[in-house]
Amino acid sequence: MLSAFALVSSCKKDPVDPPPVDNTSNNNNNNGNDTTPPTGNAVCLDITHVVGALPLRLDQTLRYQNLNGDSFSVELVKYYISNIVFMDSAGNTWAEPESYHLVNAADELSCKIYVENMPAGVYNSVSFMIGVDSTRNVSGAQTGALDPANGMFWTWSSGYIMAKVEGHSPSSTQAFNAYVFHIGGFSGQYAGQRIVSPSFNSAQAIVTSSTVPLISVTGDINEWFQTPNVIDFSSVNIMNTPGPTSTMFADNYMDMFTVTSIQN
Amino acid sequence: MKKLLVYGVIALPLSIAAVFTGCSVDAEIPEELTKEDVKFYVPQGFPQPVYNFAANPVSIEGFELGRKLFYDPRLSRDNTISCGSCHMQSGAFSHIEHRVSHGIDGLTGTRNAPGLWNLAWHQTFMWDGGINHIESQPLGPIANPVEMDENIANVLVKLRNDANYPRMFEAAFGSDTITTQRMMWAMTQFQGLMISANSKYDQVQRGEAQFTQAEQSGLATFRSKCSSCHTEPLFTDDSFHNNGLPPEPTVMDAGRMRITNDPADSLKFKTPSLRNIAITGPYMHDGRFVTLAQCLNHYSGTMYPSSTLDPQLTSGIPLTAQEKSDLLAFLATLTDYTFIQDPKFKEQ
Ligand code: HEC
Ligand code: HEC
Repeated sequence: MLSAFALVSSCKKDPVDPPPVDNTSNNNNNNGNDTTPPTGNAVCLDITHVVGALPLRLDQTLRYQNLNGDSFSVELVKYYISNIVFMDSAGNTWAEPESYHLVNAADELSCKIYVENMPAGVYNSVSFMIGVDSTRNVSGAQTGALDPANGMFWTWSSGYIMAKVEGHSPSSTQAFNAYVFHIGGFSGQYAGQRIVSPSFNSAQAIVTSSTVPLISVTGDINEWFQTPNVIDFSSVNIMNTPGPTSTMFADNYMDMFTVTSIQN
Repeated sequence: MKKLLVYGVIALPLSIAAVFTGCSVDAEIPEELTKEDVKFYVPQGFPQPVYNFAANPVSIEGFELGRKLFYDPRLSRDNTISCGSCHMQSGAFSHIEHRVSHGIDGLTGTRNAPGLWNLAWHQTFMWDGGINHIESQPLGPIANPVEMDENIANVLVKLRNDANYPRMFEAAFGSDTITTQRMMWAMTQFQGLMISANSKYDQVQRGEAQFTQAEQSGLATFRSKCSSCHTEPLFTDDSFHNNGLPPEPTVMDAGRMRITNDPADSLKFKTPSLRNIAITGPYMHDGRFVTLAQCLNHYSGTMYPSSTLDPQLTSGIPLTAQEKSDLLAFLATLTDYTFIQDPKFKEQ
């Protein structure tokens, strides 16, 4: 995927990071969410993370298996959800202004995305982007969920990391058998953003001035490693530049979300 | 200048020499900045800047905050290296006499620290153009493991716990909240105001000075052989070219390709501005040349053959000895002494 040149010269960002550390994960104030939940004119997208059939546990236990047969742990999952748009039964769309949310699986608050100040209505579909649109990648210093201090910004080749997952797998050839996948790239053929629209399955979210429908969604991290591209941890275990490999992940995570229920 | 006057008055009964002493005493006492000092302007003949200060209006307080940050070693992991350690005003903010820069723990990087001026006209930053916005630029060196090796989140903590910064952020931005964005805005106010447009070349363009014969012929040679890439008045086309340097085998810096992953960009680097060039050596992305004469000899010599070599340079740029000496005379007129002595950019 990379030429010898690119490999030897990528000295600014050491590709063989030690086991993942993340010192921003307990930072609840910067995920773009309000701290007090709204009481109306809003919905809550409540994301529960799983890995295949198992609940996501962030620790070093090798409890998961990918389609390639590699066992692995998951220790860090962070990704952006942006540009949320709801559509009502009449076909009208409503787009959340300043719609940038950083989901950090280690931070439960960040997994409940409150979309606020919505017009009352009966909504039957949603679409959003996994990642950050190209405009905000070229507009200088941002704040809130997009604050570079959240650890989701590449400083040596400007641009947001759309999504990252880190952990260990005995199949990985990196130091300590770590794997590190940072998916970025905001334009051109290696762009990492994907617009998705997990189906409501004919259910509806009914927003009024005094109700906040709860849209329960599962986010399956195993999908990052399969369909359409099966990731083999022995050959793909470190990635922190945009390129053909990062687009494999982006194509994979497109189907990570499933709406499981809507409580009005 | 107000203070200079005061000293002048005190020195009145003394000799001219005393007035000069007054001058040097004055340089050590920080001048009060005026609104005029921190006004961004487009010099005569310059194109419109890339960066628009409308969304980040420069204020005296914002500029002063940016300056303090620029010279503050606490932006590095062990509080030893500031931006100013590698970007020195007397060398037009280049790293004087350093082929490549050394940063934290004495580690050295692989690239030469360019001078800093007219940054508001840059589309991209760094030799490979990897940074796409002036506001995101300081994040690069702060995070770079061989430069300052610090996490921006930690920097914010240090600033929040400081005795002065909260007050300075409040003065600049209306509240003492310290965010990355505000920090970058302040640094942009400082760096973006580094305008260099008062070299002898500029004065000649404005009809305030005259070139010597040699400088004039040097300009003519420059316009016919160099300005397609080092385009006036910024002396860069802000684009990427392979100018025929053989890659350094131990580093194998792929240049622009490192960012784009595109083999067509291999060995291409951003055309550096040649303003202040006489005082920003060593030269080229890896500082391989110590003198400007060596740079000229490179262009008149053999180009490193590669598929990405700029088509204008396939057989180099033939230069006679006379043309070379005239070019050197002309390049020396690009030094902007007003800029490198401007007290407002000095560490306070
Ligand atoms: C250890 C030395 C070092 C330190 C400290 C340092 N720089 Fe630099 N600077 C460099 C080098 C080397 C480059 C060229 C890097 C490259 O092209 O990859 C550079 C490039 C730049 C550029 C790009 C100029 C251009 O023409 O593209 C700017 C602007 C800049 N530095 C500002 C800063 C600021 C602001 C800081 C502090 C936050 C800083 N530097 C700290 C060495 C340093
Ligand atoms: C095809 C475009 C092109 C042409 C024509 C060209 N240059 Fe350059 N020049 C560059 C690039 C690109 C670099 C940076 C190369 C690197 O560092 O790898 C550069 C670097 C330089 C440097 C070093 C600057 C620094 O800050 O380190 C000098 C001096 C220079 N050129 C002078 C000239 C002169 C004089 C001419 C005409 C005789 C000329 N160039 C013609 C593209 C060009």
